Amino acid sequence: MIHTRNLPFVTTLGIFVIAYALCVLQFPNMMSTRVIGNLLTDNAFLGIAAVGMTFVILSGGIDLSIGSVIAFTSVFVAVMVGSLGVHPLVAFAAVLVISTLFGSLMGAMIRYLGIPPFVVTLAGMFLARGAAYLISTESVPISHEMIDAIQGFYFRVPGGGRLTALAILMLLVFIVGAFVAARTRFGANVYAIGGSQQSAELMGVPVGSTTVGIYALSGFLSGLAGIAYTLYTSSGYSLATVGVELDAIAAVVIGGTLLTGGVGLVAGTFIGILIQGLIQTYIVFDGTLSSWWTKIVIGILLFVFIVLQRGIIWYSNRRLAEGRLKEI
Amino acid sequence: MSDTNSLLEARGIGKAFLGITALDSVDFTLERGEIHALLGENGAGKSTLIKILTGVYSRDHGTMHLDGAEVTPSSVAEAQDLGIGTVYQEVNLLENLTVAENLFLGRQPRRFGLIDRREMRRRSKALLERYGLDIDVDALLSSYSVAVRQLVAIARAVDLSGKVLVLDEPTASLDAHEVEMLFAVLRRLRQEGLGIIIITHFLNQVYAVADRVTVLRNGRLVGTRKLAELPRLELISMMLGRELQHITREHQAQEETIASTAEAPIRFSGYGKRGSVAPFDLDIRPGEVVGVAGLLGSGRTETAFLLFGIDRADSGTATVDNQQITLSSPEAAIASGFGFCPEERKTDGIIGDFSVADNIALAVQARQGWAKPISSREKASLAESFIKSLDIRPADANRQMKFLSGGNQQKAILARWLATGPRLLILDEPTRGIDIGAHAEILKMIEKLCADGMSLVVISSELEELTAIAHRVIVLSDRKHIAQLKGDQVTADNIMQAIAAPARTEAA
Repeated sequence: MIHTRNLPFVTTLGIFVIAYALCVLQFPNMMSTRVIGNLLTDNAFLGIAAVGMTFVILSGGIDLSIGSVIAFTSVFVAVMVGSLGVHPLVAFAAVLVISTLFGSLMGAMIRYLGIPPFVVTLAGMFLARGAAYLISTESVPISHEMIDAIQGFYFRVPGGGRLTALAILMLLVFIVGAFVAARTRFGANVYAIGGSQQSAELMGVPVGSTTVGIYALSGFLSGLAGIAYTLYTSSGYSLATVGVELDAIAAVVIGGTLLTGGVGLVAGTFIGILIQGLIQTYIVFDGTLSSWWTKIVIGILLFVFIVLQRGIIWYSNRRLAEGRLKEI
Repeated sequence: MSDTNSLLEARGIGKAFLGITALDSVDFTLERGEIHALLGENGAGKSTLIKILTGVYSRDHGTMHLDGAEVTPSSVAEAQDLGIGTVYQEVNLLENLTVAENLFLGRQPRRFGLIDRREMRRRSKALLERYGLDIDVDALLSSYSVAVRQLVAIARAVDLSGKVLVLDEPTASLDAHEVEMLFAVLRRLRQEGLGIIIITHFLNQVYAVADRVTVLRNGRLVGTRKLAELPRLELISMMLGRELQHITREHQAQEETIASTAEAPIRFSGYGKRGSVAPFDLDIRPGEVVGVAGLLGSGRTETAFLLFGIDRADSGTATVDNQQITLSSPEAAIASGFGFCPEERKTDGIIGDFSVADNIALAVQARQGWAKPISSREKASLAESFIKSLDIRPADANRQMKFLSGGNQQKAILARWLATGPRLLILDEPTRGIDIGAHAEILKMIEKLCADGMSLVVISSELEELTAIAHRVIVLSDRKHIAQLKGDQVTADNIMQAIAAPARTEAA
């Protein structure tokens, strides 16, 4: 029997399979590994960031700074490598340290100053975006043999598809993220805090360090997503990735994670990313549709999922009430 | 520490919040293998004491010894490690996790650094079997009844701590059968040598399960006694802080003027709600003050919620002037001319950031509908007249409500309802937390209001207060209306006797 807890995930999976089948019926070429490979590559940076967002939302919080941190990271790396001639690995390491510290700081403010995550990360969003402008307002091209090598790297998959380094990185992040969520104490603590921070505290969960850890993780993954974005576009631009945090939230929610926290799966977010990618690919195949249809479909899906989640909560409450009556 | 059997010993525990003393030099001793009830009315300091024992608060004064060694737990986790586990009434476990995850949160068995789910499941099963629970430990906690959750919480706490188990109102939402199940578990744990502290409002349950009782009142220790040697009446007088003595009623025979034979215009019959208050009959006549007495948790506030339509009754009828009415919401109750001043003034009554005038005008506004706003001139004159007649200080209608003292806030809430000209006003603990002067004024006002023909229902845990103002007193116990005292019967002694009379039908 399907667990009520996993019902949103199963629904998302079902919707994805049906939608994909419908797409393939209309455009048989969408079945090819080439399309799938591109879909993964195109959404790699979003997927990486969405894993961090999954943890944040599972804990009952929100992180609005993601898009800005990605932009900051890409400009930072581009300037370091492109203009200053620093080795890419050094630039990557430096920017990951910065973004992780930035996330920890936001987590600490949320926990120890008691400021709502919405407000703290909104401030973080402006701060990171501003810092990106400060470094450069121009689009900075980047070229380095190592970066070229990473960009050129791929596995050939049967059917002509390419599994690129970016796609592999995203898949790794999802696999590790799923393990951390399901099989570590940190993961269990995230779910516990999302269920009820007060109860979690009374049960001895280290709420403080966990909260800081959650936003540090989100910061780290935003930085990693920024690196992926830099590799993807071969440049850094401070005006890029505006609103990516909202796409990430959408992927998480469509993936079946409750916006109120405590319930959801990292794997669900992966499906959420695939659904978004699928819509974009369909629009490309169709050729006549405006790309804004992506937003419209995402909007409709979000509504459907929020209503679905309410419905499930209502249903399980009712079942519980009935169960009680039977016991008596 | 001369007593070798003592498990947890607290001496001279003191705690103050913002200069207000919550606990004053309280001694408490828990022995090995005993169930110890902790009793007291609201504000007695029970929860403060528990929170100090379990590491939520730090104490200002006093010492604590566990197994003869001095301890100072500074967090729940530390208290748990020391051996003191707590099960709270509502917030105890996480409904979004499975039973097994709840049992092992923070101490999951691991293999190669990852949580070993199979081992966790196996251990959870084994643990719950000892409590006679055979349930699917992979199901969400939210899919089980409150009783099962309570047992899971106890299993976790005992497994985690193992010396002292603190239960904060464990039976509040359980039915009789579930309570018996819980008590069976507690008795078994007692045999295993655990010390159990139980907080409850149900005296029957205290006598059914506990060995000793400690009573607190106003942050002070009243006493610790063996229950086998403590008559119920004496326990109640310990809780209410009154000696048994005959006080002749100063109240004049005013009730004679209220012809008790006259048909009451406001009648409730068979009125009740499952799980809240057992069905009761209540007639209220004009100019009458009906007092409601009972211990905390006996159903006093629940009765008020039913009368005012905050909770919907599921049995019985309400009639006003022989017209049957449906109290489906506070709005409906206001339309029938009812008013209600809640017990939790700060959270349920006032809007602190609004001015005094706005707070007073609120109910009038609600009554005439939000589409027709009261003009600011009307509001000002309304506020002014009540500030004058009730002597609200400072006499500044534009001051924000939160800056007023408790007594003046209470008067402003009264003014809010009086402005609507209600025929029935329900007051839940109208004099709690206000100074003596305001206390007397509010009592005087109640008398004046009923002289003007208004009906009042006054809920209070101060027996003196009730006997001074009420013409009739309804006594509640264990969520039932168990007695009604009239005229000369209304004495503090009689009320206590009535509360003490055990509900024989469910004596355990």
